[in-house]
Amino acid sequence: MMRQLDSKIPEGPLAEKWSSYKTGLRLVSPANKKKIDIIVVGTGLAGSAAASALGELGYNVKVFCFQDSPRRAHSVAAQGGINAAKNYRNDNDSVYRLFHDMMKGGDYRARESNVYRAAEVSNDVIDHFTALGVPFARDYGGCLDTRSFGGVQVSRTFYARGQTGQQCLLGTYSSLSRQVAKGTVTLHPRRDMLDVVIVEGKARGIIARNLLTGELERHSAHAVVLATGGYGTVYYLSTLGLGSNASAAWSAYRKGALFANPSFIQIHPTSIPVLNDYQCKLTLMSESLRNDGRVWVPKEKGDKRHPAGIPEEDRDYYLERRYPAFGNLVPRDVASRAAKERCDAGYGVGDTGLSVYLDFKDAIEKQGEKSIRDKYGNLFEMYEKITGINPYKQPMRIYPAGHYTMGGLWVDYNLMTTIPGLYAIGESNFSDHGANRLGASSLMQCCGDGYFILPNTISDYLADDIRTGKIPTDSAPFEEAEHGAAEKIGQIMAVGGKETASSFHKRLGKIMWDHCGMRRDAGGLKEGIELLNRLEEEFWKNICVPGTAGELNQELEKALKVADFFEVGRLMCEDALQREESCGAHFREEHQTETGEAKRNDASFAYVGAWEYTGRDKKPRMHKEPLTFDYVEVKERSYK
Amino acid sequence: MKRSNTFLSSISKKYIMALAGMFLMLFLVFHLSTNLLMLVGDGEAFERAVEFLTLNPAVKIMEYVLFAGFLIHIALGFVLMIHNYRARPVKYHRPLRTETSPFSRFMFHTGMIILVFLVFHFLHFFFVKLGWVDMPAGVSDRHDFYSMAVILFQNPLYSALYWLSFVFLGFHLKHAFQSAFQSLGLNHTKYTPAIKVIGTIYAILISVGFAIIPFYFLFIYSP
Amino acid sequence: MNFTLKIWRQKNATSKGSFKTYSLDDVSPEMSFLEMLDYLNKMLIEQGEEPVVFEHDCREGICGSCGLYINGRPHGPMRNTTTCELHMRAFNDGGTIVIEPWRAKAFPVIKDLVVDRSSLERIMQAGGFISVNTGSAPESNSNPVGKPVSDKAFDAASCIGCGACVAACINSSAMLFAAAKIAQYALIPQGKTESKERVDQMVKQMDAEGFGFCSNTYGCEFDCPKGISIDFIALMNREFFSSKVCKQRHT
Repeated sequence: MMRQLDSKIPEGPLAEKWSSYKTGLRLVSPANKKKIDIIVVGTGLAGSAAASALGELGYNVKVFCFQDSPRRAHSVAAQGGINAAKNYRNDNDSVYRLFHDMMKGGDYRARESNVYRAAEVSNDVIDHFTALGVPFARDYGGCLDTRSFGGVQVSRTFYARGQTGQQCLLGTYSSLSRQVAKGTVTLHPRRDMLDVVIVEGKARGIIARNLLTGELERHSAHAVVLATGGYGTVYYLSTLGLGSNASAAWSAYRKGALFANPSFIQIHPTSIPVLNDYQCKLTLMSESLRNDGRVWVPKEKGDKRHPAGIPEEDRDYYLERRYPAFGNLVPRDVASRAAKERCDAGYGVGDTGLSVYLDFKDAIEKQGEKSIRDKYGNLFEMYEKITGINPYKQPMRIYPAGHYTMGGLWVDYNLMTTIPGLYAIGESNFSDHGANRLGASSLMQCCGDGYFILPNTISDYLADDIRTGKIPTDSAPFEEAEHGAAEKIGQIMAVGGKETASSFHKRLGKIMWDHCGMRRDAGGLKEGIELLNRLEEEFWKNICVPGTAGELNQELEKALKVADFFEVGRLMCEDALQREESCGAHFREEHQTETGEAKRNDASFAYVGAWEYTGRDKKPRMHKEPLTFDYVEVKERSYK
Repeated sequence: MKRSNTFLSSISKKYIMALAGMFLMLFLVFHLSTNLLMLVGDGEAFERAVEFLTLNPAVKIMEYVLFAGFLIHIALGFVLMIHNYRARPVKYHRPLRTETSPFSRFMFHTGMIILVFLVFHFLHFFFVKLGWVDMPAGVSDRHDFYSMAVILFQNPLYSALYWLSFVFLGFHLKHAFQSAFQSLGLNHTKYTPAIKVIGTIYAILISVGFAIIPFYFLFIYSP
Repeated sequence: MNFTLKIWRQKNATSKGSFKTYSLDDVSPEMSFLEMLDYLNKMLIEQGEEPVVFEHDCREGICGSCGLYINGRPHGPMRNTTTCELHMRAFNDGGTIVIEPWRAKAFPVIKDLVVDRSSLERIMQAGGFISVNTGSAPESNSNPVGKPVSDKAFDAASCIGCGACVAACINSSAMLFAAAKIAQYALIPQGKTESKERVDQMVKQMDAEGFGFCSNTYGCEFDCPKGISIDFIALMNREFFSSKVCKQRHT
């Protein structure tokens, strides 16, 4: 049975939706806020922004993160920048233009109203960060500087050298720390959320594992906010932190929250390729490098000459050849697929044949080494640290890597999932990026969600809870949830097999990368599901977790996360299978133009695919939220 | 939250340490310039200076201030040492392989050596003046430092002891000079390199300057 | 490459730890230091032993989770490099590598190579922020900040909170950590309003946590993976002085 998804999009013209909707939202009085508890899981940009904003309002906020400090969440690793429609450059930027770029960049698979709102609050985010002391780049007059980014024609990206994510996160972390000192926010670091607790149909708490003692803890609240990031580590090798995982969001899915567009996952084109078999992490090289670097492979298959020894005429600058209009600056999804196409055809370079060159020779000749050093110095250093190769002398080798998940928990306009009282913000929801995210939009969305949107919408829900009182943690649902978590831990510990969690994770990642990566086809996806089933079976027979559950046990943490990834992977495949079109990052071999470009099918697939959990070993059920486009003209994306 | 239970904050201690140190460094300049008068004509200039200083009431007051300066500097040195030792209850198996200046890492050690030297130095001169220690044979006036120096430094063992101490004093001062500026927050991209150079020159001048005196009495002076 | 690893093993906070020696063969020079430890752990698990516990997350030198004391140097032999960015090609084949946790009273060992750095957290909570509520910020460009000042504030802000400064200090002092935050905010106009209160509170908290006192050896600067300058400590000292001397009495 198809469920009617109520996205609660307000009526009225696009530009006035948020402001008029906000005015109608109910409030909780300051005296009553003290009586209300809110749990925030995750301390990345979205989580720590939300927690500090809610703390400032006077709620009792409990914050959870698996790291030892909130400052280490993986938002810290974002490099490029954060978008805002400030129009400081007088280049005719506006909220509408930012909205339009995001819609187009997302290949028309995002919800208009949410995207417009994200663009609308972007300016407030920049102002707030500036006030918090985030050291954004400035020009000599002392005003904020901006730079341009892929897929847009204006310069609207604010940045802090190559460490914008770090600086923004330290900003939200500072406001969080201030609330901790004030006593409105309580920190619970080194906790893994294992389950969400539903009492009488509402999210009322979580079960968390204390990573130091192994103890399962019950925490109750009137609302639960998930800011737990994406699930890109499903590929094992990704640009994400090693601790990043899907488990928290997945526990919500299992409890009935719908999961939207799971197959939309962005593969970033410029990461340092795999160098050895023990590698567990791919390091991103900022997209900005493609401004000056030229991407090429040898014209001859298997040309093993040193790159410097390959003359111009033997080089294939394939991006410039295929996309003369945009050249090396095509969007991420296009660049990634083109690299994969060359490598699969046997033109890849390096020992593995799985990389392409990103060459700065021409840029250095034209602009001088100093100019290049000024622009990309820290990135070049990082590259040399990791590979031992000096990119001023020799071209970089790059290859695509799993990066960002556009898919996530389905939320309505209030950012609430289908479970009342359970919210999802930042990357953990499916929200604003459609089928492909534009560079520097993720920081913008996370901070907008956390600082300016959620604090408003959540009060409307909490207005009903001012008389509820403390939620007790000794009720049956807490009991059951804790029991379920303990049981799962017990099962994993009891297997006593031979293979490590990382080894399973690696094999799982390979299946996902090969069958549900940059290019997908029905046969491969079906085979992927089969392989996942088999691997999961093997996992439950042969996983090896040394030590006990009652102590700091990193192997157990890993195993718990990998156990969830089998289901994540299957759902990704299912979603990719049903979406018989190519859009954004989702590319189906069956649906491409004669020249090998993505072919969208707006008539049949202009919807959000939201999946419902129906039980273990049962096929999940998909619900559709139709997408309407009243304010943008739906066009074909072409970069030729 | 934990509360600090010390009377003075870490940075206050640092400030006082640096101020006391700077005062002592100024004193060393004064002390050296007086001492160098010994080398001029049979010590007459020196004796006149000593006479002036013993009679001047302001100098008397300064003597107490100087004493306080020494005490504060030394006491704080011990307090810091003990506190810092406790701040790392379990030591590293592999000692730190840092490439920072050894002068800075061994401040406490060179300070201790200077302290031991200071005791000897007081026994030889200052306590004699106060009458706590008997005058050496051949000296008839408690204020006749010149004769005391002549007798003392003609003994090669004592001269060697003093020279060695001056080497460590130099090491101590080499770091102390610019460290004091750093502690007081007097740091500037333009001037700090100059301060470091001046600090090195200061340390060399002070230790060489003092070392000249035993050298003079041992090898050049003839009564 | 082959290595002899001498690693600190400690079951939990209360137990007494000791060094254990492992020999590891077939290490690729392309491996990062932590990948080498992953490789060791895989072998240990397969042999039925407990793996070495160490902290890590982003593995690209920005989250500040990792931090091992390697052969007498926090974050190992390369300057301006975190443990996760360190690669095995930096070591001599056949050598012995001694791996210890950070050592300081304020960083008690939790297990093996993992230490509790919450003391740094509390220093931040004492005043490492600008008190501005969400929604009350003025337009960004209404307060221009000169580029040189802004750049300098950035240099201070690049601290990743790993604690190497404490580990590298012969006195286990956290001055560089506190100074970096204090300086970042003291330099820019937004942060000046409460800079006196901030330095006062943060220094108080730092002292309370049991860190050592700075004696200007500059070991922190030498081993800081982000190359943060000790100039910021001088700046903090200056700020502290003015907070004490110019403190307003509130009536």
